[in-house]
Amino acid sequence: MIAPKLMHADEGQPPSLKSSRPQEPEENARNRAENQEEVIMKKTVFLGALTVAGLAAGASAAATLDDVKARGKLNCGVATGVPGFAAPDANGRWEGFDVSVCRAVAAAVLGDSDAVEFVPTTGKTRFTALSSGEIDMLARNTTWTLSRDVDLKFTFVGVNYYDGQGFMVPKDLGVSSAKELDGATVCIQTGTTTELNLAEFFRANNMSYEPVPIETQAEALQQYNAGACDVYTTDASGLAAARSTFEDPTSSVILPEIISKEPLGPLVRHGDNEWGDIVRWTLNALIAAEEFGITSTNIGELSAAAGDNPEVNRLLGTEGNLGEMLGLDAGWAKAAIMSGGNYGEVFEKNIGENTPIGLARGLNAQWRDGGLIYSPPFR
Amino acid sequence: MSDLHFVRSEMLPERAPPASTVGVVGWMSENLFNGIVNSTLTILSVAFIVWAVMGFLGWAISPTWAAANLRDCQEIVAGHEGACWGVIRDRWKQLLFGFYPQELYWRPILSFVLLFIALIPVLFAMISRRMNWFLLLAVLAIGALQVGGTLGVALAVVLAAGAAFVGFQMVTTNKADRAEQIAAGAKRLPNPLIFSVLYPFIAPWLLWGGSFWLPIVALLGFVLGWAAMRLTAGVIGTLGATILAFVVPVLWWLFAAAGFADVAHGILPMGIEAVESRLFGGMLLSLTIGVVAISISLPIGIVLALGRQSDLMIVKALCVGFIEFIRGVPLITLLFVASTLLNIFMPKGTNFDIILRVIIMATLFASAYMAEVIRGGLAALPRGQYEAADALGLDYWKAQRLIIMPQALKISIPGIVSTFIGLFKDTTLVSIIGLLDPLGLSNTIRAHTDWVGIYWELFAVIALMFFVFCFSMSRYSMYLERRLRTDHR
Repeated sequence: MIAPKLMHADEGQPPSLKSSRPQEPEENARNRAENQEEVIMKKTVFLGALTVAGLAAGASAAATLDDVKARGKLNCGVATGVPGFAAPDANGRWEGFDVSVCRAVAAAVLGDSDAVEFVPTTGKTRFTALSSGEIDMLARNTTWTLSRDVDLKFTFVGVNYYDGQGFMVPKDLGVSSAKELDGATVCIQTGTTTELNLAEFFRANNMSYEPVPIETQAEALQQYNAGACDVYTTDASGLAAARSTFEDPTSSVILPEIISKEPLGPLVRHGDNEWGDIVRWTLNALIAAEEFGITSTNIGELSAAAGDNPEVNRLLGTEGNLGEMLGLDAGWAKAAIMSGGNYGEVFEKNIGENTPIGLARGLNAQWRDGGLIYSPPFR
Repeated sequence: MSDLHFVRSEMLPERAPPASTVGVVGWMSENLFNGIVNSTLTILSVAFIVWAVMGFLGWAISPTWAAANLRDCQEIVAGHEGACWGVIRDRWKQLLFGFYPQELYWRPILSFVLLFIALIPVLFAMISRRMNWFLLLAVLAIGALQVGGTLGVALAVVLAAGAAFVGFQMVTTNKADRAEQIAAGAKRLPNPLIFSVLYPFIAPWLLWGGSFWLPIVALLGFVLGWAAMRLTAGVIGTLGATILAFVVPVLWWLFAAAGFADVAHGILPMGIEAVESRLFGGMLLSLTIGVVAISISLPIGIVLALGRQSDLMIVKALCVGFIEFIRGVPLITLLFVASTLLNIFMPKGTNFDIILRVIIMATLFASAYMAEVIRGGLAALPRGQYEAADALGLDYWKAQRLIIMPQALKISIPGIVSTFIGLFKDTTLVSIIGLLDPLGLSNTIRAHTDWVGIYWELFAVIALMFFVFCFSMSRYSMYLERRLRTDHR
């Protein structure tokens, strides 16, 4: 049974597989196993493949921008469902924080934020989908790591959410810091990086814990609510989403300690830097828009004519030729921002404090407000 | 000694058995309360059943149908344990159809209804030809009406008229009269199996849409293969003709079909709106994969089973190799090959439909199991049956068709249906590779902020949907076994 591993950035990584290629050990192990079958399987499926390959247009992957424009649609890989980040509504329209990035890119490139094919990917299929060209970009809360960048040959174009592993405990426990958790029983999803982080954190603080290994988030929450474990640990955004589903969300507290770095961001394949630039600067445009106070409500006014702030003018295409440099129209950033608002608006609408997910900006505030969200200049 | 003795001169009238041995009371005292141990067990079991049912009903009967999100539900049930059925009201369409465009729902529904009409002549021998044609024409008329446009309405009128005519004929002549007419040589309607044969071409076209010429060119491939076999059989011998019958259609599909369809579509553009595979989901996806894999795996399984028993070394080696390889590999591995490895092998940008890939893998997987089930049936046949077929002078295929297979398949029915049911349930594995079957969708629905934290309601409904299909298959297999039973028990 497939169970939800809600919100966890690094699902699918076993804790301690020593491999010459340090990251993605599970994926590699599976690929090796499949490689042996592949020789035999290849023949069987080859004929079938040919039939359709003959019908399909064999396009080159070099110029993704041209492909996207020719197709008229952006193929964007998203999660099969992560609360607040990617989920379809009752009419099948995808919404969420990651989905907004896809929509912004589609708006910038094609001028239509609905010109997106959302391809649901699991933690296991996301990277092949991207490297095989099935999708043009991946926005599926994926942690930026060295090996994913270098070994799997992907370009992380930025960070749209700084996440980290946290702890949730029942209020009755009377604990206010993770340092007081010595001897606690901890519900932990097996085979994830959270398991490793947990072990490292407790060792570093010279504490002991008793793990309650569980397979899925559903199971974890049940165990936690039944009191089978004192602590539940996963990514902080996941904890918040989980807590929001409790009948009495105030009965649990999320401890202030964040014990790992999980910078989540959109990524593209190596080999097409122009396309990578477009996605990178679309994300930066959303971030810069918040910094300069450009919102979906005042953007019409601001972009009508060149204003006082030259950087806003350059961003909105009323001055300079930034769009042309990217191979897009002058109104690319305007379209991207109008698709769902600036970074702050997207955050508030999907995962902000007024939503059931209820995440505070925290690290994801603008750099001026003490956060890490920062866009290079539009010059 | 006296002469006194008693001889009953008449039979006593029959009397009703004592009240304690008949009816409900009698049955209970005999089966449930005959002894202390059984009585105790009965009471304990009843208590358990009542407890379980009450617990379930207490949860399931919950006035949350109208709830718009989980918070609403929690307010309505206010602290008690209660199901949140609002999620089903909100998402039942998605659970059934995935993201299939709502205005086109009639297409999957039509193909689903047509599936049964196509299956009736194959599976049941219970309704008359005229009944079958009447149903078909009526359903098609409704379908044509949905297409809309002048052409669609005109077609609907013609079909409805046909249905009315057949229906009129059907009600005006009774069964016995009709039997006499047929015996007297009256013209009958064509065999409805014709539609069953065409259905595999119609259904994908309805589901995926696109040009009307696509199913035509696909069908043409088979026609060409058949023609090649008939025309060349006299010239190059049976073996050569058989090989040609396979090669010609494949060449046609590979090289000529797409071009031909384009040209034909250019001359006479006819078609319905295309729907991408990505939009398939929910029960629609499970049924599509399940039905296609089930219907194709049976013939492939028969061929493999025969191949495995063949005296031809290469054929046998190929069949054994295929069966053992596929059975030695978990289905999930094959699905991963379909979803990830194929992507890497094929040229970038190639769009090889993911559902098609999954269907191929599921079919191959089921075929291998099917082959072994049928081989069991073949092995159970007494040697005499084979020898009798030989003695009658039948060639290999005739012997298989007329004598061996009918018996072997009859023996294998429970195994075959088990494989079908297993395969249908295995379709839920596709959620691992990111396809949104009902189980995958339950995760996706739960990811919407309205419904984060909903588990059992979705699982209960999905279980119910699968149960309906699997249970019907199982009952059908029992019906078939009874109907085909020829021994005297």
